[in-house]
Amino acid sequence: MTDQSEPFSGRRWHDMGGDAAGEIPTDQHDFSLWEKRVDALMIIASGKGHFTVDGLRRVLEDMGEDAFETMTYYERWIMSVNQNLIEAGVYSTSELAQRMTEVAARGATYGEAASE
Amino acid sequence: MPHDHHDHLSPSGHPYRPDDDHPLTYWQQMEIAVRELLIEKGVTTAQEINAQIDAMDARTPSNGAAVVARAWTDPVFRSDLLTDASAATRAMGFDIGPMKLIALENTPDTHNIVVCTLCSCYPRNLLGLPPDWYKSRAYRSRTVKEPRKVLAEFGVTLPPATTVRVHDSTADMRYVVIPTRPAGTEGWRADELSKLVTRDSMIGTGLAKTPGAL
Repeated sequence: MTDQSEPFSGRRWHDMGGDAAGEIPTDQHDFSLWEKRVDALMIIASGKGHFTVDGLRRVLEDMGEDAFETMTYYERWIMSVNQNLIEAGVYSTSELAQRMTEVAARGATYGEAASE
Repeated sequence: MPHDHHDHLSPSGHPYRPDDDHPLTYWQQMEIAVRELLIEKGVTTAQEINAQIDAMDARTPSNGAAVVARAWTDPVFRSDLLTDASAATRAMGFDIGPMKLIALENTPDTHNIVVCTLCSCYPRNLLGLPPDWYKSRAYRSRTVKEPRKVLAEFGVTLPPATTVRVHDSTADMRYVVIPTRPAGTEGWRADELSKLVTRDSMIGTGLAKTPGAL
């Protein structure tokens, strides 16, 4: 949301080079299976021409700053990959909704839900 | 499918993000659904996804270290690398695809450091997936403005006379730093030298190890 009391700076939230910020975080996690799968889906689907890295970034940037602060990297990526695939007509929103319902019905953990 | 993943312990000693045995999240639920739909629609196969993950896991900073060590020992390769890093690294089997790769050589006068202020662009073909800090707001924001302070947080303090050049990556163009070859390594073979080349030294937030640090 743009603050009407200040003129638009010409920069969007993701264009953060030069901003003040705190110490560089040193925490590191190893990527889990579901994160690697998201990465693989991005590489494969974009490699086959269903969308581009620019499409990935457009959705990431349009999600806004709150998503950057509250969602993890690959949570944002799967949201963007999904949006791009729907826009490309690879599947429909109703197909997605139906499949997500089926997935959740398989079990309470990722391991159970990922098992068909 | 629950047993098709890699059952190894964390190779780097870091904790795995909560995964298979934790409550399913909305975004994991979406990943499963998207993956299954892509397979059903014939866009990809389970085998292709697994192969892509294996290829990603196989890309580590040792790729970049081999490139740097060769540049230190092979003047013709060094020249090729500085002229067209995409082609020079492709010839070593590290394909960056359609993207442009630029090699930045540190010298006694100049230190190079790489950032992606807009996102998380990174030379994955040489270094694997980017570390979490590379994608952080703090690194993306501050590196272009106060690189010496950022370097100090990584334990790197350069002489005031050294020029620091900051390079901002894009979706289409990636950078790799060729760190300065450490003193005391005269006559070393490339495979020995590659052990001195760290991930951070190729991002520019570190220096190559000295022989005494091995």
